[in-house]
Amino acid sequence: MNLAVRDIRHNSGRFVFTTLGIGLLLMIVMGMGGIYRGLIYEATLLVDRVGADLWVVQGGTRGPFAEVSRISASLEDRVRAVPGVANARRFVSHTIQRVHQGRPLRMVVQGLSWPEDRGEWVPLVAGRALRQAHYEMIADLSLHLPLGEKVTLGRDVYEVVGHTRGMVGTSGDGLTFFTVSDALAIQSDVPGEAVRLERAARRARLEDIEIGRLQPLLLDRAAGPSGSIPALSKPQVSAVLVTLQPGADAAAVRATLANWPDISVFSTQEQKDLLLSGMVDKAKRQLGLFRVLLIIISTIIIALIIYTLTLDKIRDIALLKLIGARNGVIGGLILQQSLLMGAFGYALAWVIGQFTFPHFPRLVVVEPSDLISLGFIVLIISTLASLLGIWKALRVEPNTVLSA
Amino acid sequence: MSAPAVEVQHLRKVYGSGHTEVVAIRDASLTIARGEIVGMLGPSGSGKSTILTAMALINPPTSGQVTIGGEAVLDGPKALVDLRAFRRQHLGFVFQKANLIPFLTALENVQIALEVNDTAPKAARARAMELLDYLGVGERAGNLPVALSGGEQQRVAVARALANNPSLILADEPTAALDSQRGRQVMELFAKVAHERNAGVLVVTHDHRTLDVFDRIVDVEDGTIHERAPSQTVKSS
Repeated sequence: MNLAVRDIRHNSGRFVFTTLGIGLLLMIVMGMGGIYRGLIYEATLLVDRVGADLWVVQGGTRGPFAEVSRISASLEDRVRAVPGVANARRFVSHTIQRVHQGRPLRMVVQGLSWPEDRGEWVPLVAGRALRQAHYEMIADLSLHLPLGEKVTLGRDVYEVVGHTRGMVGTSGDGLTFFTVSDALAIQSDVPGEAVRLERAARRARLEDIEIGRLQPLLLDRAAGPSGSIPALSKPQVSAVLVTLQPGADAAAVRATLANWPDISVFSTQEQKDLLLSGMVDKAKRQLGLFRVLLIIISTIIIALIIYTLTLDKIRDIALLKLIGARNGVIGGLILQQSLLMGAFGYALAWVIGQFTFPHFPRLVVVEPSDLISLGFIVLIISTLASLLGIWKALRVEPNTVLSA
Repeated sequence: MSAPAVEVQHLRKVYGSGHTEVVAIRDASLTIARGEIVGMLGPSGSGKSTILTAMALINPPTSGQVTIGGEAVLDGPKALVDLRAFRRQHLGFVFQKANLIPFLTALENVQIALEVNDTAPKAARARAMELLDYLGVGERAGNLPVALSGGEQQRVAVARALANNPSLILADEPTAALDSQRGRQVMELFAKVAHERNAGVLVVTHDHRTLDVFDRIVDVEDGTIHERAPSQTVKSS
């Protein structure tokens, strides 16, 4: 005869509500683990998908994701000349927050090296890749920008031509793909007044030096657009992505590039490691701490409920002792109740999670291995939680049953 | 001739020590034969319950011996056997309150006493049903205690006490919570059990209306047992 099940049936209301509470707590524990997995997935998603063998970034930096990196766009041509390099692409990545239709719109802007890279590698769920050098964009569905939507960014208007799903940056913001020149235009967009002031400042600086006074035409040039002044550098990009020729010696290519003092080179794996050890590490520790706290809270709640249930039937336990029930029968009653509470709570957590996790603002990835390890944790905390009740039950004297 | 159901000799129970010392039992000796039902009377605080709990092996005496079914069980506070196992196999208990486990049905309340004594569940169920039928509450087997009347609950408690064919049944004021009619029925049930099942039965009671069911009556006063003379026993032979 299973006493635990019969007692639970008798106290079904309390059991159901407690299990529901435990289930919700365990769902949060499960969700925290899933959010951590999601962070890793999101952080490494772009690095995985972009298909580069090497990342060339600003020397001495660990860009372009872990920190800001700025290199000359012309570096692309230098890299192409290195033996073993099949292709080099400019890469621009930055996060912007604008207002669209009265609501804040935060997105990660990725620049594709038009015309070589039109975004064919981007996993589209609707629409198409870029077909024009300007004014087209691919947007992730999380940004809620329908196909054909016109989005004003700076002084230009971009049309959404393609959709991705689940393509987000390390901060969870949806990715958007533009041509590099558009991405740079969005990044360097400044108000007209600022442009006019900068041009005036350039002219004033030139007037202060002798060459400006001797060459009046230079003053006119200085007050013109930046792009028409050869002395000014072209806009800078975040990185240059290198694709190696089939069979090329990656170490040799890397060694060649590493000799250039103005850049740093990272492999795809190193980029992922930079992301995980830097940006994701603190989030991981924070989530881990929360998980530990929630598990401790769950243990305490189960322990208190089991203890209360034990106190409620202290006379019944005394009676069982009086009629000769072994400690194993009494301990088993309490342990089984605790395990059942943990098991039902765990199952409930899983079921609720199936419905709620997809609606979380961040991606939640629950791996089978995480479910198994959480199952073991629930087993352990349920066992630990029963100890207080068992301890109380084993201390009960049989003659307690005789007291009024 | 079989050994007595229980034999206690020179029981003494002292609580506390020094100036807080309280003597609950001074020198109590009692023998109950198998098939005999004995009533134990006495005022509150006289030591009845202490004697009963000592015989029940849940409150060992300070000194004295307890022998049950011919087997020495207690020598003073020292247990000579595994007391819990011994209770399981040889003793049955009935109390003022039925003390049924509230989350078990009447049948299960009896069945559990058998299962803790290693009876297989199926056999335990059959035996429990047989006992409930014997005590006239078979038709209430599937009910939880809360759905049973006081008298029915007490019958289930008696069935539980009988489950393992104990050589000794100890009852502590089993009719106190019942009306006179139900009380008499329960007392007659004990007498029936003692005589038909050859068990020794000791009933602690204050209920003078049912003394006629006892084979023998003992009085407890100041921690000492006094055998009541046969002429003082109400029961007609």
